[in-house]
Amino acid sequence: MELGGFIAYLVSLAIMASIYAVFCLGLNIQWGYTGLFNIGIAGFFCVGAYTSAMLTTPKPTGIYAQYVNQIFGLNLPFVVGLLGAAAVCGIIGFLIGIPTLKLREDYLAIATLGIAETFRLIFNNEHWLANGPRGLMGLPQPLQGIVSAKHYNYIYLIVVVIIMLFIYLLIERAIRSPWGRVLRAIREDEISASMSGKDIFHFKMQSLIFGSMVMGVGGALYAHYTKSISPDVFTPLYGTFIIWVMLMAGGSGNNKGAILGAYVIWGIWIGTSFMTDLLPYTLKARAPYIRFLLIGILLEIILIYRPQGMLGEEKRVSKLLEE
Amino acid sequence: MAEKSMLEIKEVDKSFGGLMAVCNCSLDVKEGSITGLIGPNGAGKTTLFNVITGHYKPDKGKIFFQGEEINGLPPHHIFKKKIYRTFQITREFAQMTVLENLMLIPEHQVGEKIWNTWFRQGAVKKQEKAIKEKALEVLEFVELIDLKDEYAGSLSGGQKKLLELARSMMADPRMVLLDEPGAGVNRTLMGKLIDNIRKLCEEKSITFLLIEHDMDLVMNLCNPVIVMSEGKKLAEGTPEEIKRNKKVLEAYLGGQYR
Ligand SMILES: Nc1ncnc2c1ncn2[C@@H]1O[C@H](COP(=O)(O)OP(=O)(O)O)[C@@H](O)[C@H]1O
Ligand SMILES: [Mg+2]
Repeated sequence: MELGGFIAYLVSLAIMASIYAVFCLGLNIQWGYTGLFNIGIAGFFCVGAYTSAMLTTPKPTGIYAQYVNQIFGLNLPFVVGLLGAAAVCGIIGFLIGIPTLKLREDYLAIATLGIAETFRLIFNNEHWLANGPRGLMGLPQPLQGIVSAKHYNYIYLIVVVIIMLFIYLLIERAIRSPWGRVLRAIREDEISASMSGKDIFHFKMQSLIFGSMVMGVGGALYAHYTKSISPDVFTPLYGTFIIWVMLMAGGSGNNKGAILGAYVIWGIWIGTSFMTDLLPYTLKARAPYIRFLLIGILLEIILIYRPQGMLGEEKRVSKLLEE
Repeated sequence: MAEKSMLEIKEVDKSFGGLMAVCNCSLDVKEGSITGLIGPNGAGKTTLFNVITGHYKPDKGKIFFQGEEINGLPPHHIFKKKIYRTFQITREFAQMTVLENLMLIPEHQVGEKIWNTWFRQGAVKKQEKAIKEKALEVLEFVELIDLKDEYAGSLSGGQKKLLELARSMMADPRMVLLDEPGAGVNRTLMGKLIDNIRKLCEEKSITFLLIEHDMDLVMNLCNPVIVMSEGKKLAEGTPEEIKRNKKVLEAYLGGQYR
């Protein structure tokens, strides 16, 4: 590969890693700071992507309408797509939270897992909604036309990184403040936190909604990067499992760790695809599973030898006054 | 009696399955008192605390705090009525520092609203500063100041008990319920604990109700003493009276004070 191609490759890698970092930040709010066990990230990924797609593409007309079903298409700008994805995912988080957050932790896990699969199947089977398994295409990209299409990914990388950093700063500020202190107290001991006057349900709900909104933005960023989406992308492996591995590896309870984990694990993930290329022909068909096996083993190793991840939670988190 | 009652428990029942942990229990805690609650293991003392603080709803009966009915309120509302409780097995926020454990407690924190952390940082910081000063003062008072940046989970058992007392001081409570504050605390720390409780009662006029097995602590600190047995009040009186009470000796003290 010549140098230009290699750099372009690195850029695409960095874009995906940054998008995954957004998901990790969202999960870190829920799990890292509050102890909410969301194992249906793929659902928010899916809904975020589809929401933004439907908001930003026009409803097909003329000859296209015969081939592409789409319940609506509003043709609005990219930014509206992002905000809409956040809003819809926030509402879904809220609706999941109402029945589950007052019950034991595992109910949230079951609900998120189930709903993630449900969304994927709805988008897959209900053709009238968003074109079924063929999905939607032609999503607009921000700041198109500034540079030639060939170099557009540089622009998109900058856009994604800026959005990721903005989300990082929003979360950091909230976590360093009394709001984050309450979340961490709930994570540590719910009963003690409620006897200390904190309304547990209320705070858990905020954490769930905030995290879900961040995940919605992640889904939208993904959709506008690939420009076309279909339901088969949002599987538990790519949409949930790998994000958990990233957060565990980077350091649950540390926002820098969440970002670092996304970059490192995505790098390793891509690296393993080179490795599986070397496999004998008969095993190649099973390559994705071998890669996931490798990632699973990596997770085990991390949990055994460095359970706090590369960057664990800082000792003093509530340090608003030191900034 | 002339004094006003702070906490009144009226015919409260609480059962777990077939087991009556608290059974038709009535008692009265006077304002400004340090009331001891003793009784054999399994008498229902901790369960009574859990019912008062809203962790369990009573099956029957009423609870009044300063004349206001509070039975059935959830724990965070009980806190807002200015009742604070500690736990027999301490429940610190282990992976948070000692200082954070204290700073969490005060209510009405501006920075607990997520919008304010983004849009009203000045106000949040100002209040945070005041809370921090208060927390440091309290830590000074209970002599845990050197450990302020340690994880609460890394403290010794006795230090955790002190931390619980310190947290109660952050709450500005009218009443504190202590569940075995002396358990696992060594003699020197125990002396400190007793001094602190007495000082808080006298200077801040906080009413205490405390469960304790250590008879030295109870006889030293509490008046009156209430004895619970089999889910209800068995006797009440000054430490002297309780020591001489035949029924109590039979049910609980097992003769060691004869
Ligand atoms: N959550 C619970 N579930 C079932 N039984 C309980 C529960 N809490 C307490 N008990 C029972 O209630 C009785 C009173 O316990 P407790 O209030 O802890 O007594 P004490 O604090 O006086 O030693 C005991 O027999 C105990 O086993
Ligand atoms: Mg007990």
